[in-house]
Amino acid sequence: MAYLRHVGKYFMMLGQVFKRPQKGRVFKEALFKEFDELGIKSIGIVIFISFFIGGVIALQTALNIENPLIPKYLVGFATKRSVILEFAPTFCSIILAGKVGSYITSSIGSMRVSEQIDALEVMGINSLNYLVFPKVLATVLFYPFLVILAMFLGIFGGWVAGFTSSMFSEIDYTQGLQLDFNPFLVQYALIKTLIFAFLIATVPSYHGYYVKGGSIAVGKASTQAVVWTIILIVISNYFLTQMLLT
Amino acid sequence: MIIVDKLYKGFNGVQVLKGISTTFKPGKTSLIIGQSGSGKTVFLKSLIGLHTPESGTISFNGGINTEFTTEQKRQWRQEIGMVFQGSALFDSQTVQDNVMFPLKMFKKQSEEQMLERVNFVLKRVNLENSNSKFPAELSGGMQKRVAIARAIVMNPKYLFCDEPNSGLDPNTAILIDNLIQEITDEYQITTVINTHDMNSVMQIGDKIVFLKDGVKAWEGTNKEVFKTDNEAVVKFVYSSELFKKVRLAYLNETK
Repeated sequence: MAYLRHVGKYFMMLGQVFKRPQKGRVFKEALFKEFDELGIKSIGIVIFISFFIGGVIALQTALNIENPLIPKYLVGFATKRSVILEFAPTFCSIILAGKVGSYITSSIGSMRVSEQIDALEVMGINSLNYLVFPKVLATVLFYPFLVILAMFLGIFGGWVAGFTSSMFSEIDYTQGLQLDFNPFLVQYALIKTLIFAFLIATVPSYHGYYVKGGSIAVGKASTQAVVWTIILIVISNYFLTQMLLT
Repeated sequence: MIIVDKLYKGFNGVQVLKGISTTFKPGKTSLIIGQSGSGKTVFLKSLIGLHTPESGTISFNGGINTEFTTEQKRQWRQEIGMVFQGSALFDSQTVQDNVMFPLKMFKKQSEEQMLERVNFVLKRVNLENSNSKFPAELSGGMQKRVAIARAIVMNPKYLFCDEPNSGLDPNTAILIDNLIQEITDEYQITTVINTHDMNSVMQIGDKIVFLKDGVKAWEGTNKEVFKTDNEAVVKFVYSSELFKKVRLAYLNETK
């Protein structure tokens, strides 16, 4: 029953979030600030993780192909598919849920416990619209670029892994990358990313906005927000895959 | 003028405010006092519209706040200035941006006009040359003064303060009290302060409302509080030896 109450409250929150911003100039400022906080500042971790995970996927695939009848170009093909279909959109989103989700909950939660949200409300400002809408827009607009970056870097990481370990040739890897390229898979990955980006912005915002208590409560809410965002990403990933690929 | 009529408010079956009626006049500093848990904060939050009353009305210059249209409510919100207990300044913004924030949201002014107004109110609260500082770089007293500057930047008709002296040393507390009273006189604002500070009660209490268990147990001026024989008020206000002596001295002097 408590879960249902949370779901209802979450959707009621969204009703307040998606209203016309009260002042365009202030909204624009907030949006660019969020691009920086939630997007630009996440580029580093995405680059780092994509590169190495791409390398690991390529190495693992190469290590597990023992049968000489299986062509070596399969390493490039498998790395490409794994990175585009799952690693870049899902794995990156889970990492961003941890990094950005905890930031969103703690920043909004601190504002709640220090009465900054009350101050906004007293001024007559729709605090949900002012605080959450720019975050949603920033993540939804920016994360597809992060995921595309992760795709390129993951595949590049695989190439570097083959080059440095000599486990597969550059030519085989490139041939595998070019084999059976289906642009819809990229579209599928980007559609997933949009949904995940929405969850990464809204679920932690919900936990932060309705936090009650002090700093310990904010810490607990951050943990809960990250856990719930990851759970929702994983569940929606399953349903989106079923809807879009089967 | 604010007229509160038979205000009731409760949470989860617990009645916090039990039929409070009182009036707050323009140009006067009114203090709400009472023990922790007496309903002061709920009362103040009801006045500023953060809590909706269960029954009873709060009227602002004749208009009942729960009956305002969206436009009237928007207008009313701009007439309210609020100083929160912990100042509630936006951490990520400088002093200048904090004070300018309501202007940016609601006024159609150029950057220069807004900056001029910000500098004026910062000067009024004796905080020149702090524009580029962040709240974390300020002392508690300075934060309170920034909060007051932000509260008055829109020229409010009503100023509400929730324990403006909490956590401040006695000197700074007196400065804040004086500042609030000067601003109230100067702009003829209706000021309502929630406080535990007995210095404030003696010094700036044009009107004092004493709450006990959600009921208005007494009201009067800071002169009348010396003379009252209301047991609950006497016990609360004169709980320290110092204030007992002050009261005795005042009563002897006015005999």
